[in-house]
Amino acid sequence: MHDKILEAIAISKYFQDPVSVQVLKDVSFDLYKGEFVSVIGKSGCGKSTLLYVLSTMDTDFTGDLLIDGVSTKGFSEANLAKIRNEKIGFVFQFHYLLNEFSVLDNVMLPGLKLGKFSNAEVKERAYEKLKILGIEKEALKKANQLSGGQKQRVAIARALINDPLIIMGDEPTGNLDKKNSEIVFEIFENLAKDHKQSLLIVTHDNDFAERTHRIIEMEDGRVIKS
Amino acid sequence: MKYQLIFKLSKALLLARVKQTSVAAIGVTFSIMMFIALLSFMTGLNDLLDGLVVNRTPHVRLYNELKPALTQPVDKLKLKSYHFIHSVKPKASKTELYNVASISTELSRDPRVLGISPRITTPIFYNIGNTNLSGVINGLDVVKESELFSFSDYVVEGKELDLKNVPNSIILGKGVAEKMLVTVGDVISITTPNGEQFSLKVVGFFQSGLLDLDKVQSYASVSTTQKLIGASNDYITDLQVKLKNILLAPALAKEYAKRFELDAIDIQTANSQFETGSSVRTIISYAVGITLLIVAGFGIYNILNMMIYEKMDSIAIMKATGFSGRDVRYVFITIALSIGLVGGLLGLLFGYGLSALIDQIPFNTMALPTIKTYPINYSFKFYLIGAIFSVITTYLAGYFPSRKASRIDPVVIIRGK
Repeated sequence: MHDKILEAIAISKYFQDPVSVQVLKDVSFDLYKGEFVSVIGKSGCGKSTLLYVLSTMDTDFTGDLLIDGVSTKGFSEANLAKIRNEKIGFVFQFHYLLNEFSVLDNVMLPGLKLGKFSNAEVKERAYEKLKILGIEKEALKKANQLSGGQKQRVAIARALINDPLIIMGDEPTGNLDKKNSEIVFEIFENLAKDHKQSLLIVTHDNDFAERTHRIIEMEDGRVIKS
Repeated sequence: MKYQLIFKLSKALLLARVKQTSVAAIGVTFSIMMFIALLSFMTGLNDLLDGLVVNRTPHVRLYNELKPALTQPVDKLKLKSYHFIHSVKPKASKTELYNVASISTELSRDPRVLGISPRITTPIFYNIGNTNLSGVINGLDVVKESELFSFSDYVVEGKELDLKNVPNSIILGKGVAEKMLVTVGDVISITTPNGEQFSLKVVGFFQSGLLDLDKVQSYASVSTTQKLIGASNDYITDLQVKLKNILLAPALAKEYAKRFELDAIDIQTANSQFETGSSVRTIISYAVGITLLIVAGFGIYNILNMMIYEKMDSIAIMKATGFSGRDVRYVFITIALSIGLVGGLLGLLFGYGLSALIDQIPFNTMALPTIKTYPINYSFKFYLIGAIFSVITTYLAGYFPSRKASRIDPVVIIRGK
């Protein structure tokens, strides 16, 4: 039951510009399957930086990162991209949808990239995910025709398309009003409860964090409570 | 499957910026069009000018030059001391070719030879009242000359075959005829180098396109010319050889000179200035055409760069959701290549159209009686080069921006928000 899906081992990171500053100091923690975890801390404490390291997009760090029991050290850029594609889903503060495409296409793209399913299957799965998020009616609209809350839900559907090991969120409710924040939180909660989806959400909203399974609190690049 | 996805992304990005990408494609179209039209026109003109010389000039000309012997008698003594014999003059030999009949049969058996045509060249004076005008009469076989050296193309009035059928007939150079104020059917008189006067009937005018030549040269049949200078009927001064492959001319000229103990000159040596002229013109046309293409390439480069700045977010999220740098690069190269292919293809079509249009423009010049419109060379080669170059330049124009796009760090973009 308690499968370790992500393991951070003594991760340290420095910003070199303009002077060398250590932003992450020996961060170590584990994440287990089905956990809904939030990372909180004051602005500038390094929580976003940590998320980018954990997401494999930022490879400039010391220590080790194990995803699904495999160390990502020394992986090529293309291999890391593959890991992100297959095992990690992202939700950012800003939705980052491609305006050239329809909502459905936006959700389908990472699935098409994975190439595990046929086009028709990916389409069916995308509809399924949109249905979970209650926006299947908007599937054929262009991304820029949706409201902010709807866009963020499309972004969550996109994160779900490849049934990732974990969904990472960087302030996913940061740009949303109270009502939409609530909707997004409920979606996350349901995903964790009904679909046993692991989630790692960076937030500065303490109310949001309080309601998650586990809180990782950071201060000055260190984990002070996990 | 994967390429399908890359095409899908490229198409979406292309269509998102239809105006700019069409402008880039139009740039390629324009440059390819001009490239094709320019080269077709330029080489058409080159071929025409070369044709002026190449079609009418024998590939190898066999003749006897009036010149001093290579080894003088005094050299044969092999003296070790210095000798004072100087101001040596050539022997008073004739420029007649010996054994013309056997040389002719020998040459016509040679598989590399397309045909031969005999000639006699003699200086004469045209008598215009009290005035004498110096000139040259070429005695030739009008049938062979027309067949091998397009003689008949340049006969602007009268019939060239009359030269053979009417005894004592002459085809006058257009310039000579204008000076003498004669028309076809008139009789003119000339003085030969021996001082004899002859009357010849004018059966036609000849216009070579080289004005100076037309003021001097006239043409008569071989037998008429032999009569003029009082020579026997095997007297020939030149043998003109046309080869199947013009490039063999220099080698064959040397071979024949040695075999028949004659002087021989090949077309490349005799007309080297034409060769240089046309190659320089061709190089200039290529240079202009390729410059146009490179400029179009910069246009594509700019537009792709702009597109990358605009689509920074999209690139970042594509990378975050699992597209590798290589995928991103392929997307932008696909965009560049589709601009190049579409623009290039239209360019080839419009280039053909423009060439065809130039081909219709009237071009009448005194010097070129057979040409009625501007000459165009519809060589497939230019279309091939144009197509290849459009693909190469657009690929390069796409390569650098796409490399930049592939290196975009998604963290930097996403954090920046």
